[in-house]
Amino acid sequence: MVSLSWYLGVGALLFAISVVGIFLNRKNLIVLLMAIELMLLAVNMNFVAFSHFLGDYHGQVFVFFILTVAAAESAIGLAILVVLFRNLSTIDVQELDLLKG
Amino acid sequence: MNSQTALFLIFSGVMLLAALRVITARNPVHAVLFLVLAFFSAAALWIMLRAEFLAIALVLVYVGAVMVLFLFVVMMLDINVDKLRLGFWRNAPWGFGVAALIVLQMWLVLSQPQWQELTAAGEGIANVDNTRTLGLLTFTEYVFPLQIAGVILLVAIIAAIALTLRGRKDSKSQDVSAQVRVRSEDRVRLVSMANEDRARQTKQP
Repeated sequence: MVSLSWYLGVGALLFAISVVGIFLNRKNLIVLLMAIELMLLAVNMNFVAFSHFLGDYHGQVFVFFILTVAAAESAIGLAILVVLFRNLSTIDVQELDLLKG
Repeated sequence: MNSQTALFLIFSGVMLLAALRVITARNPVHAVLFLVLAFFSAAALWIMLRAEFLAIALVLVYVGAVMVLFLFVVMMLDINVDKLRLGFWRNAPWGFGVAALIVLQMWLVLSQPQWQELTAAGEGIANVDNTRTLGLLTFTEYVFPLQIAGVILLVAIIAAIALTLRGRKDSKSQDVSAQVRVRSEDRVRLVSMANEDRARQTKQP
């Protein structure tokens, strides 16, 4: 039988893969955004699995709100990306040094 | 191995492979398409967990809206991929080290026997209408967070439009703040001048 730990393991693997993605694609802003989406998916997977196995619906409501916030986040992120490309003609993260931080 | 275990292994395997391709794909369009595949497999897994409403919402909202937005942006921008992939594998040892640490920690927790015991669904899940229950919860107990979520979406719309809006120079539009700030001196100009000759005015018809 598929137990709770299997789903949690899949979520952990997915989270680890997206962490590797952030390390590998640290220049490409668009793939960075996609890796963040994968991370949120891993977190949602854990929420849904716990909600199923503990018989508690509040976890699924949480996933609902996470989906909302993630959609807003990616919309604003992509808008910033478009403005960035319009001004710098690149989406390289390492060229974002206008603030000299 | 029963059919549910086999389905779980298929869906999770496809999802993890698609996620691996997302982070390693050379072409960003391929990365977005593999991300769609990963979301679809995750939706299938959620249906196995009897979270039907969230699975459908994931497909509709993510695959239908957010991924299309990603594809739109990726295809609109003219990205030089080769330059972005310089030194692609340079930080790979660090990344894999952190990932191995995450998986190791999770394995240490999940290998405890009490996690394997939870195989059956809980009380509330068995024969309940998923969408109905979620709707009841959302519109009673979580009605205030729901309003906040709506406000967040509104802020996102306005921010995205305000960031990317590029007004045409020759378009005619009102400047409301200039209209509000206007004073009477800007509109009416009082000039002082000498009186006209009365006789010449009356003579004319």
